Amino acid sequence: MHGLINRAIQCFVRDTYGPGKWSTVIRNSGVGVSDFEAMLTYDDSVTEALLNALATDLRKPRASVLEDIGTYLVSDRNVEALRRLLRFAGICYEDFLQSLNDLPGRAHLAVSDLDLPRLDLRAMAGGRFFLTVEPRKPNGMVGFGFVMVGILRAMADDYGALVMLDHRGERQGIEKIEITLIEAAFASGRDFNLGARSA
Amino acid sequence: MSSAKSPGKAAPLPRKDDSQTPATASPADPPPDMARLIWNALDTLCPMHCIVDATGHLTHVGPTLQKLRPESPMAGARFLEVFQTTHPRDIHSMGALRAVAGHSARLRLRLRDRPYTDLQGVLAQTSDGGAIINLSFGISIIEAVQDYDLTNADFAATDLAVEMLFLVEANSAAMDASRKLTRQLQIAKIAAEEQAFTDTLTGLKNRRAMDHILTRMIDAGQGFALMHLDLDFFKLVNDTLGHAAGDFVLETVARIMVEETRDEDVVARIGGDEFVLIFHRLCDRTRLEEIARRVIARLEVPIPWQGESCRISASIGTTLSIDYPFPEAAQMLSDADQALYAAKRAGRALNVFHGDEVKTGT
Repeated sequence: MHGLINRAIQCFVRDTYGPGKWSTVIRNSGVGVSDFEAMLTYDDSVTEALLNALATDLRKPRASVLEDIGTYLVSDRNVEALRRLLRFAGICYEDFLQSLNDLPGRAHLAVSDLDLPRLDLRAMAGGRFFLTVEPRKPNGMVGFGFVMVGILRAMADDYGALVMLDHRGERQGIEKIEITLIEAAFASGRDFNLGARSA
Repeated sequence: MSSAKSPGKAAPLPRKDDSQTPATASPADPPPDMARLIWNALDTLCPMHCIVDATGHLTHVGPTLQKLRPESPMAGARFLEVFQTTHPRDIHSMGALRAVAGHSARLRLRLRDRPYTDLQGVLAQTSDGGAIINLSFGISIIEAVQDYDLTNADFAATDLAVEMLFLVEANSAAMDASRKLTRQLQIAKIAAEEQAFTDTLTGLKNRRAMDHILTRMIDAGQGFALMHLDLDFFKLVNDTLGHAAGDFVLETVARIMVEETRDEDVVARIGGDEFVLIFHRLCDRTRLEEIARRVIARLEVPIPWQGESCRISASIGTTLSIDYPFPEAAQMLSDADQALYAAKRAGRALNVFHGDEVKTGT
Protein backbone atom coordinates (compact mmCIF):
# COMPACT_ATOMS: atom_id res chain seq x y z
CA MET A 1 0.00 0.00 0.00
CA HIS A 2 1.22 3.48 -0.78
CA GLY A 3 2.79 5.24 2.20
CA LEU A 4 0.39 8.16 1.74
CA ILE A 5 -2.52 5.93 2.80
CA ASN A 6 -0.79 4.72 5.96
CA ARG A 7 0.43 8.22 6.64
CA ALA A 8 -3.16 9.48 6.32
CA ILE A 9 -4.31 6.94 8.90
CA GLN A 10 -1.48 7.98 11.21
CA CYS A 11 -2.27 11.70 10.91
CA PHE A 12 -5.97 11.00 11.41
CA VAL A 13 -5.37 9.11 14.66
CA ARG A 14 -2.78 11.57 15.90
CA ASP A 15 -4.83 14.70 15.14
CA THR A 16 -8.17 13.27 16.24
CA TYR A 17 -7.29 11.14 19.27
CA GLY A 18 -3.76 12.24 20.19
CA PRO A 19 -0.30 10.64 20.03
CA GLY A 20 -1.07 8.28 22.93
CA LYS A 21 -3.81 6.59 20.93
CA TRP A 22 -1.47 6.21 17.98
CA SER A 23 1.11 4.45 20.17
CA THR A 24 -1.61 2.06 21.38
CA VAL A 25 -2.77 1.32 17.84
CA ILE A 26 0.81 0.69 16.69
CA ARG A 27 1.42 -1.66 19.61
CA ASN A 28 -1.82 -3.58 19.14
CA SER A 29 -1.46 -3.86 15.38
CA GLY A 30 2.01 -5.37 15.67
CA VAL A 31 3.16 -3.71 12.44
CA GLY A 32 6.51 -2.70 13.92
CA VAL A 33 6.58 0.74 12.27
CA SER A 34 5.58 3.79 14.25
CA ASP A 35 6.08 6.55 11.74
CA PHE A 36 4.93 6.09 8.15
CA GLU A 37 6.66 7.84 5.30
CA ALA A 38 4.33 9.30 2.69
CA MET A 39 6.76 8.57 -0.12
CA LEU A 40 7.53 4.93 0.63
CA THR A 41 5.50 1.82 -0.07
CA TYR A 42 4.43 -0.69 2.59
CA ASP A 43 2.95 -4.14 2.46
CA ASP A 44 -0.86 -4.19 2.09
CA SER A 45 -1.18 -6.23 5.29
CA VAL A 46 0.19 -3.28 7.28
CA THR A 47 -2.80 -1.11 6.35
CA GLU A 48 -5.22 -3.94 7.19
CA ALA A 49 -3.59 -4.47 10.59
CA LEU A 50 -3.69 -0.74 11.35
CA LEU A 51 -7.36 -0.41 10.48
CA ASN A 52 -8.33 -3.51 12.45
CA ALA A 53 -6.40 -2.38 15.53
CA LEU A 54 -7.93 1.08 15.27
CA ALA A 55 -11.51 -0.16 14.89
CA THR A 56 -11.07 -2.52 17.84
CA ASP A 57 -9.59 0.17 20.01
CA LEU A 58 -12.27 2.74 19.16
CA ARG A 59 -15.02 0.12 19.43
CA LYS A 60 -16.39 1.31 16.12
CA PRO A 61 -17.22 -0.61 12.96
CA ARG A 62 -14.40 -0.50 10.43
CA ALA A 63 -16.76 1.23 7.99
CA SER A 64 -17.35 4.22 10.23
CA VAL A 65 -13.64 4.50 11.02
CA LEU A 66 -12.98 4.67 7.26
CA GLU A 67 -15.69 7.27 6.82
CA ASP A 68 -14.20 9.36 9.63
CA ILE A 69 -10.83 9.19 7.90
CA GLY A 70 -12.43 10.50 4.69
CA THR A 71 -14.05 13.39 6.54
CA TYR A 72 -10.81 14.17 8.34
CA LEU A 73 -8.86 14.31 5.07
CA VAL A 74 -11.02 17.15 3.78
CA SER A 75 -12.10 19.04 6.85
CA ASP A 76 -9.09 19.02 9.16
CA ARG A 77 -6.98 22.18 8.99
CA ASN A 78 -3.81 20.10 9.20
CA VAL A 79 -4.47 18.60 5.76
CA GLU A 80 -5.64 21.73 3.99
CA ALA A 81 -3.53 20.78 0.93
CA LEU A 82 -5.81 17.88 0.00
CA ARG A 83 -9.00 19.92 0.30
CA ARG A 84 -7.49 22.49 -2.01
CA LEU A 85 -6.48 19.89 -4.56
CA LEU A 86 -10.02 18.50 -4.54
CA ARG A 87 -11.54 21.96 -4.91
CA PHE A 88 -9.60 22.52 -8.13
CA ALA A 89 -11.83 19.89 -9.68
CA GLY A 90 -15.04 21.90 -9.89
CA ILE A 91 -16.77 25.23 -9.45
CA CYS A 92 -19.74 23.76 -7.60
CA TYR A 93 -20.56 20.48 -5.85
CA GLU A 94 -22.24 18.99 -8.88
CA ASP A 95 -19.27 19.96 -11.01
CA PHE A 96 -17.05 18.31 -8.40
CA LEU A 97 -19.14 15.12 -8.57
CA GLN A 98 -18.83 15.10 -12.37
CA SER A 99 -15.06 15.30 -12.03
CA LEU A 100 -14.80 12.26 -9.74
CA ASN A 101 -14.08 9.96 -12.69
CA ASP A 102 -10.89 11.96 -13.20
CA LEU A 103 -9.88 11.80 -9.53
CA PRO A 104 -7.59 8.74 -9.81
CA GLY A 105 -5.98 10.36 -12.87
CA ARG A 106 -5.44 13.58 -10.97
CA ALA A 107 -3.95 11.67 -8.06
CA HIS A 108 -1.68 9.91 -10.52
CA LEU A 109 -0.47 13.23 -11.91
CA ALA A 110 0.48 14.36 -8.42
CA VAL A 111 2.00 11.10 -7.17
CA SER A 112 2.76 8.78 -10.06
CA ASP A 113 2.79 5.57 -8.04
CA LEU A 114 -0.46 6.24 -6.18
CA ASP A 115 -3.18 4.02 -7.64
CA LEU A 116 -6.62 4.94 -6.32
CA PRO A 117 -9.63 2.74 -7.05
CA ARG A 118 -11.54 3.38 -10.29
CA LEU A 119 -14.45 5.79 -9.72
CA ASP A 120 -17.47 5.98 -11.98
CA LEU A 121 -20.33 8.44 -11.52
CA ARG A 122 -23.78 7.95 -13.05
CA ALA A 123 -26.26 10.81 -12.93
CA MET A 124 -29.93 9.88 -12.41
CA ALA A 125 -33.04 12.03 -12.50
CA GLY A 126 -33.90 14.29 -9.56
CA GLY A 127 -30.39 15.16 -8.40
CA ARG A 128 -29.50 11.53 -7.68
CA PHE A 129 -26.14 10.03 -8.51
CA PHE A 130 -24.56 6.62 -8.19
CA LEU A 131 -20.84 6.36 -7.65
CA THR A 132 -19.13 2.99 -8.03
CA VAL A 133 -15.73 2.35 -6.48
CA GLU A 134 -13.74 -0.50 -7.94
CA PRO A 135 -10.27 -1.62 -6.75
CA ARG A 136 -7.60 -1.80 -9.46
CA LYS A 137 -6.31 -5.14 -8.25
CA PRO A 138 -8.69 -8.16 -8.20
CA ASN A 139 -8.23 -8.57 -4.43
CA GLY A 140 -7.64 -4.93 -3.64
CA MET A 141 -8.67 -3.41 -0.36
CA VAL A 142 -12.44 -3.14 -0.04
CA GLY A 143 -13.68 -0.20 2.00
CA PHE A 144 -12.36 2.74 0.04
CA GLY A 145 -16.03 3.48 -0.71
CA PHE A 146 -16.52 4.39 2.96
CA VAL A 147 -13.58 6.77 2.79
CA MET A 148 -15.24 8.30 -0.29
CA VAL A 149 -18.51 8.74 1.66
CA GLY A 150 -16.57 10.73 4.26
CA ILE A 151 -14.83 12.78 1.57
CA LEU A 152 -18.10 13.46 -0.28
CA ARG A 153 -19.80 14.53 2.93
CA ALA A 154 -17.02 16.92 3.91
CA MET A 155 -16.76 18.31 0.38
CA ALA A 156 -20.52 19.01 0.42
CA ASP A 157 -19.94 21.14 3.53
CA ASP A 158 -17.03 22.76 1.82
CA TYR A 159 -19.15 23.77 -1.18
CA GLY A 160 -22.12 24.60 1.02
CA ALA A 161 -24.27 21.92 -0.61
CA LEU A 162 -26.89 19.81 1.16
CA VAL A 163 -26.60 16.13 0.26
CA MET A 164 -27.71 12.70 1.42
CA LEU A 165 -25.14 9.94 1.16
CA ASP A 166 -25.76 6.23 1.38
CA HIS A 167 -23.22 3.44 1.07
CA ARG A 168 -25.23 0.77 -0.75
CA GLY A 169 -22.90 -2.11 -0.01
CA GLU A 170 -20.43 -4.07 -2.04
CA ARG A 171 -20.73 -6.72 -4.69
CA GLN A 172 -17.71 -8.61 -6.02
CA GLY A 173 -15.43 -5.97 -4.60
CA ILE A 174 -17.30 -3.09 -6.26
CA GLU A 175 -18.81 -0.64 -3.82
CA LYS A 176 -21.76 1.56 -4.67
CA ILE A 177 -22.62 4.95 -3.15
CA GLU A 178 -25.89 6.78 -3.65
CA ILE A 179 -25.67 10.57 -3.60
CA THR A 180 -28.74 12.80 -3.47
CA LEU A 181 -28.10 16.48 -4.04
CA ILE A 182 -30.92 18.21 -2.19
CA GLU A 183 -29.72 21.77 -2.46
CA ALA A 184 -26.59 22.94 -4.26
CA ALA A 185 -26.34 26.28 -2.45
CA PHE A 186 -27.64 25.41 1.01
CA ALA A 187 -24.96 27.21 3.01
CA SER A 188 -22.14 29.56 2.16
CA GLY A 189 -19.43 26.89 2.31
CA ARG A 190 -15.73 27.57 2.66
CA ASP A 191 -13.73 29.99 0.55
CA PHE A 192 -11.61 28.66 -2.22
CA ASN A 193 -9.08 30.92 -3.83
CA LEU A 194 -7.12 29.50 -6.76
CA GLY A 195 -4.02 31.43 -5.86
CA ALA A 196 -3.92 30.90 -2.09
CA ARG A 197 -1.02 28.82 -0.91
CA SER A 198 -1.82 26.04 1.50
CA ALA A 199 0.39 25.81 4.52
CA MET B 1 -18.34 44.22 -36.04
CA SER B 2 -19.09 47.75 -34.96
CA SER B 3 -17.80 50.47 -37.21
CA ALA B 4 -15.02 52.85 -36.26
CA LYS B 5 -15.95 55.42 -33.69
CA SER B 6 -14.38 58.50 -32.21
CA PRO B 7 -11.38 57.79 -30.02
CA GLY B 8 -11.69 57.95 -26.28
CA LYS B 9 -15.35 57.15 -26.09
CA ALA B 10 -16.11 54.00 -24.13
CA ALA B 11 -18.18 51.33 -25.80
CA PRO B 12 -20.73 49.67 -23.52
CA LEU B 13 -19.84 46.37 -21.97
CA PRO B 14 -22.66 44.10 -23.04
CA ARG B 15 -23.95 41.53 -20.57
CA LYS B 16 -24.94 38.08 -21.56
CA ASP B 17 -28.50 38.63 -20.44
CA ASP B 18 -28.71 41.81 -22.49
CA SER B 19 -28.84 39.90 -25.74
CA GLN B 20 -32.60 40.14 -26.03
CA THR B 21 -32.82 43.82 -25.18
CA PRO B 22 -30.95 45.91 -27.73
CA ALA B 23 -32.54 49.06 -26.29
CA THR B 24 -29.93 49.17 -23.50
CA ALA B 25 -27.07 49.56 -25.96
CA SER B 26 -24.95 52.71 -26.09
CA PRO B 27 -26.68 55.62 -27.79
CA ALA B 28 -23.37 56.46 -29.51
CA ASP B 29 -22.98 53.32 -31.50
CA PRO B 30 -25.31 50.40 -30.76
CA PRO B 31 -23.75 47.22 -32.04
CA PRO B 32 -25.93 45.26 -34.38
CA ASP B 33 -27.55 42.07 -33.04
CA MET B 34 -25.10 39.90 -34.94
CA ALA B 35 -22.15 41.57 -33.23
CA ARG B 36 -23.79 41.05 -29.83
CA LEU B 37 -24.24 37.38 -30.52
CA ILE B 38 -20.58 37.09 -31.41
CA TRP B 39 -19.54 39.05 -28.31
CA ASN B 40 -21.59 36.80 -26.07
CA ALA B 41 -20.22 33.68 -27.71
CA LEU B 42 -16.66 34.96 -27.34
CA ASP B 43 -17.25 35.88 -23.67
CA THR B 44 -18.11 32.24 -23.00
CA LEU B 45 -15.58 30.58 -25.29
CA CYS B 46 -12.61 32.83 -24.59
CA PRO B 47 -13.26 35.11 -21.61
CA MET B 48 -9.84 36.72 -22.05
CA HIS B 49 -10.37 37.99 -25.59
CA CYS B 50 -10.74 41.58 -26.72
CA ILE B 51 -11.89 43.24 -29.91
CA VAL B 52 -9.95 46.15 -31.37
CA ASP B 53 -11.31 48.44 -34.08
CA ALA B 54 -9.47 49.94 -37.06
CA THR B 55 -8.31 52.94 -34.99
CA GLY B 56 -6.74 50.64 -32.41
CA HIS B 57 -9.41 51.16 -29.75
CA LEU B 58 -10.91 48.39 -27.69
CA THR B 59 -14.59 47.98 -28.50
CA HIS B 60 -15.22 44.90 -26.39
CA VAL B 61 -13.32 43.14 -23.62
CA GLY B 62 -13.95 39.62 -22.32
CA PRO B 63 -15.04 39.41 -18.65
CA THR B 64 -11.88 37.76 -17.29
CA LEU B 65 -9.58 40.16 -19.12
CA GLN B 66 -11.55 43.10 -17.71
CA LYS B 67 -11.16 41.55 -14.24
CA LEU B 68 -7.44 42.34 -14.41
CA ARG B 69 -8.32 46.05 -14.15
CA PRO B 70 -11.63 46.12 -12.30
CA GLU B 71 -11.38 49.87 -11.57
CA SER B 72 -10.77 51.07 -15.13
CA PRO B 73 -12.94 49.81 -17.97
CA MET B 74 -10.72 48.81 -20.86
CA ALA B 75 -13.39 49.24 -23.53
CA GLY B 76 -12.86 52.61 -25.23
CA ALA B 77 -9.15 52.78 -24.40
CA ARG B 78 -6.45 52.27 -27.02
CA PHE B 79 -5.24 48.68 -26.99
CA LEU B 80 -1.58 49.78 -27.10
CA GLU B 81 -2.12 52.15 -24.17
CA VAL B 82 -3.27 49.27 -21.98
CA PHE B 83 -0.78 46.71 -23.25
CA GLN B 84 2.76 46.98 -24.52
CA THR B 85 4.13 44.35 -26.85
CA THR B 86 7.26 42.54 -25.72
CA HIS B 87 7.38 40.38 -28.83
CA PRO B 88 7.28 41.52 -31.55
CA ARG B 89 8.81 44.55 -29.86
CA ASP B 90 7.82 48.17 -30.27
CA ILE B 91 4.53 47.92 -32.05
CA HIS B 92 3.08 51.43 -31.97
CA SER B 93 0.35 51.44 -34.57
CA MET B 94 -2.74 49.46 -35.40
CA GLY B 95 -1.23 48.74 -38.79
CA ALA B 96 1.82 47.11 -37.23
CA LEU B 97 -0.40 45.20 -34.82
CA ARG B 98 -2.59 43.87 -37.62
CA ALA B 99 0.52 42.88 -39.55
CA VAL B 100 1.27 40.29 -36.84
CA ALA B 101 -1.53 38.25 -38.34
CA GLY B 102 0.55 37.91 -41.50
CA HIS B 103 3.43 36.35 -39.54
CA SER B 104 2.95 33.94 -36.66
CA ALA B 105 -0.17 35.69 -35.34
CA ARG B 106 1.43 35.34 -31.88
CA LEU B 107 2.00 38.19 -29.49
CA ARG B 108 3.69 38.63 -26.17
CA LEU B 109 2.29 41.47 -24.14
CA ARG B 110 2.66 43.15 -20.79
CA LEU B 111 0.18 45.32 -18.94
CA ARG B 112 1.50 48.88 -18.82
CA ASP B 113 0.73 49.52 -15.15
CA ARG B 114 1.06 47.49 -11.97
CA PRO B 115 0.87 44.56 -11.63
CA TYR B 116 2.81 44.20 -14.88
CA THR B 117 1.33 40.83 -15.78
CA ASP B 118 2.82 39.13 -18.82
CA LEU B 119 0.31 37.77 -21.29
CA GLN B 120 0.51 35.83 -24.49
CA GLY B 121 -1.94 36.34 -27.27
CA VAL B 122 -3.06 35.30 -30.68
CA LEU B 123 -4.46 37.80 -33.16
CA ALA B 124 -6.93 37.47 -36.02
CA GLN B 125 -7.77 40.32 -38.38
CA THR B 126 -11.37 41.35 -38.89
CA SER B 127 -12.82 42.61 -42.17
CA ASP B 128 -13.34 46.17 -40.86
CA GLY B 129 -9.63 46.78 -40.33
CA GLY B 130 -9.66 45.76 -36.66
CA ALA B 131 -8.65 42.57 -34.89
CA ILE B 132 -9.79 40.01 -32.35
CA ILE B 133 -7.06 39.16 -29.87
CA ASN B 134 -7.34 36.25 -27.47
CA LEU B 135 -5.07 36.35 -24.45
CA SER B 136 -3.84 33.91 -21.84
CA PHE B 137 -1.51 34.05 -18.86
CA GLY B 138 0.94 31.39 -19.91
CA ILE B 139 3.43 30.76 -17.14
CA SER B 140 2.48 33.96 -15.30
CA ILE B 141 -0.74 32.25 -14.23
CA ILE B 142 0.68 31.45 -10.78
CA GLU B 143 1.07 35.12 -9.85
CA ALA B 144 -1.99 36.18 -11.82
CA VAL B 145 -4.47 34.10 -9.82
CA GLN B 146 -3.04 35.63 -6.65
CA ASP B 147 -2.92 39.18 -7.98
CA TYR B 148 -6.44 39.15 -9.42
CA ASP B 149 -8.27 36.75 -7.14
CA LEU B 150 -9.40 34.59 -10.05
CA THR B 151 -11.65 31.55 -9.61
CA ASN B 152 -12.36 28.42 -11.65
CA ALA B 153 -15.33 30.25 -13.19
CA ASP B 154 -13.03 32.88 -14.72
CA PHE B 155 -11.55 30.33 -17.06
CA ALA B 156 -13.26 28.62 -19.98
CA ALA B 157 -14.04 24.98 -19.27
CA THR B 158 -11.62 24.03 -22.06
CA ASP B 159 -8.80 26.12 -20.63
CA LEU B 160 -6.14 24.00 -18.94
CA ALA B 161 -5.21 26.84 -16.60
CA VAL B 162 -6.95 25.33 -13.58
CA GLU B 163 -5.41 21.91 -14.29
CA MET B 164 -2.05 23.60 -14.44
CA LEU B 165 -2.63 25.27 -11.08
CA PHE B 166 -3.70 21.91 -9.69
CA LEU B 167 -0.51 20.33 -10.96
CA VAL B 168 1.71 23.07 -9.59
CA GLU B 169 0.15 22.72 -6.18
CA ALA B 170 0.03 18.91 -6.21
CA ASN B 171 3.61 18.81 -7.38
CA SER B 172 4.82 21.15 -4.67
CA ALA B 173 3.00 19.08 -2.02
CA ALA B 174 4.61 15.91 -3.35
CA MET B 175 8.00 17.61 -3.50
CA ASP B 176 7.62 18.75 0.10
CA ALA B 177 6.96 15.17 1.16
CA SER B 178 9.95 13.93 -0.83
CA ARG B 179 12.17 16.62 0.56
CA LYS B 180 11.11 15.70 4.08
CA LEU B 181 11.95 12.06 3.43
CA THR B 182 15.32 12.96 1.93
CA ARG B 183 16.13 15.12 4.93
CA GLN B 184 15.27 12.32 7.34
CA LEU B 185 17.35 9.84 5.38
CA GLN B 186 20.22 12.32 5.44
CA ILE B 187 19.98 12.65 9.22
CA ALA B 188 19.84 8.86 9.58
CA LYS B 189 22.87 8.53 7.31
CA ILE B 190 24.89 11.00 9.35
CA ALA B 191 23.92 9.20 12.54
CA ALA B 192 24.89 5.84 11.04
CA GLU B 193 28.24 7.20 9.89
CA GLU B 194 28.85 8.75 13.26
CA GLN B 195 28.06 5.42 14.87
CA ALA B 196 30.37 3.59 12.48
CA PHE B 197 33.25 5.81 13.60
CA THR B 198 32.43 5.96 17.29
CA ASP B 199 33.23 3.66 20.18
CA THR B 200 29.80 3.22 21.69
CA LEU B 201 30.95 2.74 25.29
CA THR B 202 33.23 5.75 25.63
CA GLY B 203 32.03 8.00 22.81
CA LEU B 204 35.64 8.22 21.60
CA LYS B 205 36.63 7.58 17.97
CA ASN B 206 37.07 3.91 17.11
CA ARG B 207 39.83 2.08 15.28
CA ARG B 208 38.23 2.72 11.90
CA ALA B 209 37.98 6.46 12.49
CA MET B 210 41.55 6.55 13.74
CA ASP B 211 42.82 4.81 10.57
CA HIS B 212 40.96 7.35 8.42
CA ILE B 213 42.28 10.34 10.30
CA LEU B 214 45.83 9.03 10.37
CA THR B 215 45.85 8.44 6.61
CA ARG B 216 44.37 11.88 5.99
CA MET B 217 46.97 13.61 8.15
CA ILE B 218 49.84 11.77 6.49
CA ASP B 219 48.42 12.67 3.04
CA ALA B 220 48.14 16.31 4.08
CA GLY B 221 51.82 16.27 5.05
CA GLN B 222 51.13 17.71 8.50
CA GLY B 223 53.40 17.12 11.43
CA PHE B 224 51.84 15.23 14.33
CA ALA B 225 52.61 12.99 17.28
CA LEU B 226 51.08 9.55 17.76
CA MET B 227 50.74 8.12 21.28
CA HIS B 228 49.81 4.52 21.91
CA LEU B 229 48.45 4.20 25.45
CA ASP B 230 47.77 0.92 27.19
CA LEU B 231 46.13 0.72 30.61
CA ASP B 232 47.98 -1.17 33.32
CA PHE B 233 46.11 -3.34 35.87
CA PHE B 234 42.83 -2.84 34.01
CA LYS B 235 42.35 -6.59 33.69
CA LEU B 236 42.59 -6.85 37.44
CA VAL B 237 39.72 -4.37 37.91
CA ASN B 238 37.63 -6.32 35.41
CA ASP B 239 38.40 -9.67 37.02
CA THR B 240 37.88 -8.63 40.64
CA LEU B 241 35.10 -6.03 40.44
CA GLY B 242 33.34 -7.15 37.28
CA HIS B 243 32.60 -5.72 33.84
CA ALA B 244 30.38 -2.91 35.13
CA ALA B 245 33.32 -1.53 37.10
CA GLY B 246 35.56 -2.06 34.05
CA ASP B 247 33.14 -0.11 31.85
CA PHE B 248 32.97 2.69 34.39
CA VAL B 249 36.79 2.89 34.49
CA LEU B 250 36.96 3.04 30.68
CA GLU B 251 34.44 5.87 30.59
CA THR B 252 36.43 7.78 33.22
CA VAL B 253 39.69 7.17 31.38
CA ALA B 254 38.12 8.44 28.17
CA ARG B 255 36.92 11.60 29.88
CA ILE B 256 40.37 12.28 31.36
CA MET B 257 42.10 11.87 28.01
CA VAL B 258 39.63 14.19 26.28
CA GLU B 259 40.17 16.76 29.03
CA GLU B 260 43.96 16.52 28.74
CA THR B 261 44.01 17.02 24.97
CA ARG B 262 43.02 19.92 22.74
CA ASP B 263 39.91 19.99 20.57
CA GLU B 264 41.92 19.43 17.40
CA ASP B 265 43.59 16.32 18.81
CA VAL B 266 42.15 12.85 18.34
CA VAL B 267 41.48 10.30 21.05
CA ALA B 268 40.53 6.83 19.85
CA ARG B 269 39.86 3.57 21.62
CA ILE B 270 41.34 0.90 19.39
CA GLY B 271 41.08 -2.15 21.63
CA GLY B 272 39.77 -3.29 25.03
CA ASP B 273 42.13 -1.10 27.06
CA GLU B 274 44.24 0.38 24.27
CA PHE B 275 44.02 3.96 23.09
CA VAL B 276 45.65 6.06 20.40
CA LEU B 277 46.08 9.82 20.81
CA ILE B 278 47.02 11.93 17.82
CA PHE B 279 48.35 15.43 18.45
CA HIS B 280 47.81 17.78 15.58
CA ARG B 281 50.89 19.84 14.57
CA LEU B 282 52.61 19.00 17.85
CA CYS B 283 56.07 17.41 17.64
CA ASP B 284 57.73 18.98 20.67
CA ARG B 285 59.13 16.18 22.82
CA THR B 286 59.14 18.22 26.00
CA ARG B 287 55.54 19.21 25.71
CA LEU B 288 54.50 15.69 24.73
CA GLU B 289 56.36 14.25 27.69
CA GLU B 290 54.49 16.69 29.96
CA ILE B 291 51.16 15.69 28.51
CA ALA B 292 51.99 11.99 28.86
CA ARG B 293 53.01 12.38 32.50
CA ARG B 294 49.93 14.42 33.32
CA VAL B 295 47.64 11.83 31.72
CA ILE B 296 49.37 8.98 33.58
CA ALA B 297 49.22 10.92 36.86
CA ARG B 298 45.52 11.54 36.50
CA LEU B 299 44.82 7.93 35.52
CA GLU B 300 46.60 6.78 38.65
CA VAL B 301 44.17 8.64 40.89
CA PRO B 302 41.96 5.84 42.30
CA ILE B 303 38.52 5.78 40.68
CA PRO B 304 35.74 5.23 43.24
CA TRP B 305 33.11 2.78 42.17
CA GLN B 306 30.27 1.51 44.39
CA GLY B 307 32.31 1.82 47.58
CA GLU B 308 35.34 0.19 45.98
CA SER B 309 38.42 1.88 44.61
CA CYS B 310 39.69 1.03 41.16
CA ARG B 311 43.42 1.54 40.76
CA ILE B 312 45.00 1.57 37.34
CA SER B 313 47.91 3.15 35.56
CA ALA B 314 49.07 3.47 31.96
CA SER B 315 52.10 3.06 29.75
CA ILE B 316 52.66 5.12 26.64
CA GLY B 317 54.74 4.79 23.48
CA THR B 318 55.06 7.89 21.32
CA THR B 319 56.31 8.45 17.80
CA LEU B 320 56.63 11.64 15.79
CA SER B 321 55.80 12.04 12.12
CA ILE B 322 58.78 14.37 11.61
CA ASP B 323 61.14 11.49 12.40
CA TYR B 324 60.15 9.82 9.12
CA PRO B 325 61.17 10.97 5.65
CA PHE B 326 57.97 9.33 4.36
CA PRO B 327 55.62 8.59 7.26
CA GLU B 328 53.38 5.54 6.88
CA ALA B 329 50.45 4.73 9.15
CA ALA B 330 51.32 1.07 9.67
CA GLN B 331 54.98 1.82 10.40
CA MET B 332 54.15 4.60 12.86
CA LEU B 333 51.61 2.44 14.72
CA SER B 334 54.08 -0.40 14.91
CA ASP B 335 56.85 1.92 16.19
CA ALA B 336 54.55 3.46 18.82
CA ASP B 337 53.64 -0.07 19.87
CA GLN B 338 57.31 -0.99 20.19
CA ALA B 339 57.95 2.12 22.34
CA LEU B 340 54.92 1.22 24.46
CA TYR B 341 56.32 -2.22 25.19
CA ALA B 342 59.66 -0.68 26.07
CA ALA B 343 57.77 1.48 28.58
CA LYS B 344 56.08 -1.59 30.02
CA ARG B 345 59.36 -3.46 30.33
CA ALA B 346 60.93 -0.41 32.00
CA GLY B 347 58.45 -0.69 34.85
CA ARG B 348 55.18 0.79 33.59
CA ALA B 349 53.61 4.23 34.20
CA LEU B 350 56.05 5.72 31.71
CA ASN B 351 56.17 7.34 28.34
CA VAL B 352 58.86 6.23 25.90
CA PHE B 353 59.57 7.90 22.57
CA HIS B 354 60.30 5.69 19.59
CA GLY B 355 64.05 5.73 19.05
CA ASP B 356 64.71 5.94 22.81
CA GLU B 357 63.78 2.30 23.50
CA VAL B 358 67.44 1.33 24.00
CA LYS B 359 68.09 4.14 26.46
CA THR B 360 65.43 2.77 28.79
CA GLY B 361 67.87 -0.03 29.31
CA THR B 362 65.64 -2.98 28.54
